[in-house]
Amino acid sequence: MDYSDLTKSLIKGNTRAAARLITIVENDIEAAEVIINSIYQHTGKAYILGVTGSPGSGKSTFISTLTKSYIDLGKKVGIICVDPTSPLTGGALLGDRIRMKQYFSLDNVFIRSMANRGQLGGLARATEDVIKILDVYGCDIIIVETVGVGQSEVDIFKSAQSVVVLVVPGLGDEIQAIKAGIMEITDIFVVNKMDLPGADKKVADIMQMLEFKKSYKYESEGVGDKFMKIDKWTPEITKVNSKTGENFDNLLKLINKHKTFLQDSGVISNYMKNRIKNETIQILKHKLTKKAEELIHSNNKIEEFIEKAIKKSLDPYSLAGEILKLFFEK
Amino acid sequence: MSKDKIIKVLVCKPGLDGHDRGAKVLARALRDAGMEVIYTGIHQTPDDIVNTVIQEDPDAVMLSILSGSHNALCPIIMQKLKDQGIDDVLVAVGGIIPDEDKPFLEEQGLKGFYGPGTNLSTIVEFVKNNLKR
Amino acid sequence: MAEFDKIKEDMEEWQNSYPTKKERRKSFKNLSDIEIKRLYTPNDVKELNYELDLGFPGQYPFTRGAYPNMYRGRLWTMRQFAGFGTAEQTNNRYKFLIEHGQTGLSVAFSLHTIYGIEATDQKALGEIGKEGVAIDTLKDMETLFDGIDLSKISTSMTINAPASILLAMYIVTAEKQGHSPEQLRGTIQNDILKEYIAQKSWIYPPEPSMRLIVDTIEYCTNHVPQWYTISISGYHIREAGSTAVQELAFTLADGFAYVEAAIERGLDVDAFAPRLSFFFNSHNNFFEEVCKYRAARRIWAKHMKNKYGAKKPESLRLRFHTQTAGVSLTAQEPENNMVRVTLQGLAAVLGGTQSLHTNSFDEALCLPTENAVKIALRTQQIIAHESGVTDTVDPLAGSYYVEWLTNKMEEEAENYFQQIDELGGVIPAIKANFFQKEIANASYKYQQEIENRERTIVAVNQYQQKEPCTVPLLKIDEEVAKEQVNTLIKIKQERDNDKIQENLLKLKEAAKGTENLMPYIMDAIRAYASIGEIINTLKEVFGTYFEDSIF
Repeated sequence: MDYSDLTKSLIKGNTRAAARLITIVENDIEAAEVIINSIYQHTGKAYILGVTGSPGSGKSTFISTLTKSYIDLGKKVGIICVDPTSPLTGGALLGDRIRMKQYFSLDNVFIRSMANRGQLGGLARATEDVIKILDVYGCDIIIVETVGVGQSEVDIFKSAQSVVVLVVPGLGDEIQAIKAGIMEITDIFVVNKMDLPGADKKVADIMQMLEFKKSYKYESEGVGDKFMKIDKWTPEITKVNSKTGENFDNLLKLINKHKTFLQDSGVISNYMKNRIKNETIQILKHKLTKKAEELIHSNNKIEEFIEKAIKKSLDPYSLAGEILKLFFEK
Repeated sequence: MSKDKIIKVLVCKPGLDGHDRGAKVLARALRDAGMEVIYTGIHQTPDDIVNTVIQEDPDAVMLSILSGSHNALCPIIMQKLKDQGIDDVLVAVGGIIPDEDKPFLEEQGLKGFYGPGTNLSTIVEFVKNNLKR
Repeated sequence: MAEFDKIKEDMEEWQNSYPTKKERRKSFKNLSDIEIKRLYTPNDVKELNYELDLGFPGQYPFTRGAYPNMYRGRLWTMRQFAGFGTAEQTNNRYKFLIEHGQTGLSVAFSLHTIYGIEATDQKALGEIGKEGVAIDTLKDMETLFDGIDLSKISTSMTINAPASILLAMYIVTAEKQGHSPEQLRGTIQNDILKEYIAQKSWIYPPEPSMRLIVDTIEYCTNHVPQWYTISISGYHIREAGSTAVQELAFTLADGFAYVEAAIERGLDVDAFAPRLSFFFNSHNNFFEEVCKYRAARRIWAKHMKNKYGAKKPESLRLRFHTQTAGVSLTAQEPENNMVRVTLQGLAAVLGGTQSLHTNSFDEALCLPTENAVKIALRTQQIIAHESGVTDTVDPLAGSYYVEWLTNKMEEEAENYFQQIDELGGVIPAIKANFFQKEIANASYKYQQEIENRERTIVAVNQYQQKEPCTVPLLKIDEEVAKEQVNTLIKIKQERDNDKIQENLLKLKEAAKGTENLMPYIMDAIRAYASIGEIINTLKEVFGTYFEDSIF
C-alpha cells in the first residue's frame, strides 16, 4: 500500500489524514512501519504530557480544563484516551470523549480514543505511533490519558516528558497505589477537586511521602527495566478545581518548570535515549513474537517436538530451545 | 488494511432526546461482539457527530433517535459527512422510525433501521456484514 | 408456632414429592431478579403483623391503600398524557379527550420546551412539537387552555428543569381566565433528581436545581395550596432500564432528598409533605408491580413518620400516578400491546393508583393516533366498570405470595437506601454515577435475558411472525416548527422589550441571592418573556450541568 498521499496531507495538517493514519497504525504494524518511516523526520515538536489517576479522580474534567488552558494560549492540543480492552471479547467501550467536548473545535483539539488491546501497562501498542502522527499533524501538546492508576501504569512515562498524577481528597486507597510505584514516575502531583474538604490534608500526605523520596526517571538496560535515580527534581504538588479552572495557571507554570528542568539539566537527552531504546524493544518484541508464532504454526519439525512434549519426553524449555535453534537457522 | 482490523463503531444520540437505554445497551452488545465502541452520550449536534467521525475514523455510526426528529437530523448529518468527503462509513439509525420514512432516509445514504424489540445480535451481524471498507 | 412447624414439615414433604426438574425452568425469577418459590404458605409471612404492617386502607402504614374506600368512593383519575404539535393542535386533542370522559389533563411538552431552548435556536431543529406540545411564551399557554376552565379541571404537567416557569405560566393563564391560584388543581413533575439519574433533561447543576424546586414547594404551600408540587418519578428510572426494586428504591430516595431539602429551607414537614406525589411505572410482571406500590406506601409512611417526624396522616400517605411501561411496547405485532397495557393497567389499579395513563398500542411506532388513544382510555374504563376489581379495597391482600413479595421488595429497597447513605446521599451518589451504573447493568442484563430466551416476549423472541404490520401512523409535519418560530418572532416584536430586560435583570439579581424566585419568574412571564430567555438568564448565574458518567 502507498500511504504517501496521506502522509503528505498529514504534514500539511490535514485532520482526516491524521485520523485515517491513526486507524492504519493501530491495526497494521507493517503499514505502521512504512508510515512512521516517512514521517519520522518531522516529529519532535510536541510536548508529551502523561496524565493518570484512579477512577473517580476526575481525569476527564481535568484534561478538559487543562486543554482549555492551552487553547487559550493559542496551542493546538492532541488528546489520546486509552481504555481497556475486554480480555474476554476483545471489544472495548471508549467513553472519555463524552466528557471532553465542551470547548473544542476541529481546529484546536484532536481527541482520539484507543483501546489498549490487551497491552499491559495501560498504553496501547500503537500509542507511540499515534503520538508521532499527532506530533507531525501539528499538536503543540499531546496529552496521553491512561486507564486508572496501578503498578502497570508506569509505562506512561516511557512516552511522556512530564507525568501528572491526579489524586482527590478522601479516597485513601490511592496513597497505597502511589507507594506501590506511581510515586517514582510522577513529576507533578495534582490534588483535584480542591473545593472538597480534605484537600489540604491530601497535599500534606503526599508531601510526607515525598520527604524521603526523589523522582526517578526511567531507564532501560538490555532486556530488563531499571529506575535511574535523579536527585535534582523533587515532584511538585499543587491543587486545582477542574470544574472552575481555579489554580490551573499555577499548574501550567509547574509543567513549564519541569520542561525547563529537563532541558537545563540535560536529563532530556537521557530521556530521549531511553525512549528510543524502549520503543525499539517493543517493536522487536512484537516482530519476534510474530515471527516465532508463524514458525510454530508452519514448521512440521515443531509439530514433532510438540508430540514429544505431550509424551513427556521433551519439556517446554527444551522445546523453546529447539525452536530458537530453528529460528536462527532460517 | 489487514484482515484482523477491529471494527470501530460510534454510537451516538443526536438531538435533545435523552432516552439512552437502547443506545447504551447496543454499545455494550457491540463491545461484547469484539468491537471498539465509542459512545458519545446524548445531545449531540450534527457538527459534534461529524467532528467525532472525522477524528475517530470509525467504520460505522449508529444513530439512536426516539423523538421523531430523524427526518430533520439525519439528512443534515449525512450532508455534513459528504461535505467532508466521508463516504466510506456505514450510517444506521435506530429508535422510533416509521416504515414510511425509510425510503427517504435510504436516499440520504442511511442503511439499517432498527426499532424497539430488535435483537441485538441482528444489529451486530448487520454491522459486520455491511461495512463499507 | 406448632402450626407453622407442621406446615413447614408438610411443605417439605410435598415439595420433595414433586421434583423441580419437572418444571419448565430451573428457576423462576421476576424482573427484579428475585427468586420466586413454587408455593407460598403462611410460613412465608409468619412475621407479618396485620395492624403494624398492613393496617386499614387510609390508615398508617397505608399498605392497603391511600384512602379508606378507594375506588368504591371515587375511581382513579383517567389521565392520558398528551401533547404534540402546536398549542392549538393539542388544545383540540384535549377537548376530544374531555368529550370522551377523560377527567384530568396531562401535558406532554416539546423537547425544546423541556430544555428551555427557544424554537428559533439551532438545537431545536427537528424537535419542535414532535414529542409534545411546543410552548415558548405565555401566548402559547393561553392557546393551549383556550376554552378549558382551569378552575374545573386538574392538570398534570410533565416538566422538570423549567417547571417553575411553566407553573408560573399556568397560574398567569388562569389569572387571565379570572381564576385565583387557590382554585388551581394539578401537578408539575418538577423532579430533577431522576433527570440526573435517568431521563437526562437537566439544565443546571443539582444544587441550584434543588433550590428552584424548594422555591416552588414554598410558593405553592403559601399561594397554590391544592397544587402537587413534585411528582417524584420512578417512571423514567424504569424506562431507562431499571428493575422494579431499583425503581422503588431510587424514587423513594429522591423523595426523601426533597423532604430533607425543604426541611432545610425551614419549612414544616406537615405543611408541604401532603402536596408531594409520586409517579410509578407499570411493567409486565403483574404481582411484582402490585407489590411495588404496596411496599412504596408502607416505606414512605414509615420513614416520614419515624425519620422526618411528620404527624399529619396526609404527610404519611403516598399517592401516585401510574403510567404503563412504554419500554415494554413492541413494534412487532403492535396490537398485542393492547393486551400488555390491559394487564399493566390492572396491576396499577390493584396496587391502588390515584391516576392512570394507559399507553397507546402504537407508541413503539410513532406518537399515538386519536384512535389508539381512545382504545387506551377505553381499556381503563373497562377495568373500572366491567372487571369488578374496584368493588373492594386491596383485593390481593392476604395472599401469601403478595405479602411475602411486598415485604421482600421493602427489604431490598432498604438495602439500597443504606448504600445511598453510605455514598453521602442522593446527590453525591448521582455524581458518583451510582444510580446510572446500577440501571445500565440491569438493562443490559434484561436485554440479554431476552436475547437468550430466558425471558419470553411474545412475537419478539418467540412466536414471531414474518408479515410486516400495518397500522396507521400519526405524522407531525415540519410546518409545526415553522409556525412555532413565527409565533415566537411575532411575540417578540409585539411585547414591551424594555420591560422584559428589566424583569430579567431583576430575576438575575435575585438568583444570585437566596430569595424565592417564583415572583420574579411570574413577572417575566406576564411580560411575555420566553422560557428560553428565563432559562438563559438563570444559566448565567447557575451554570449548566455536564454528565460525568457513561455506563
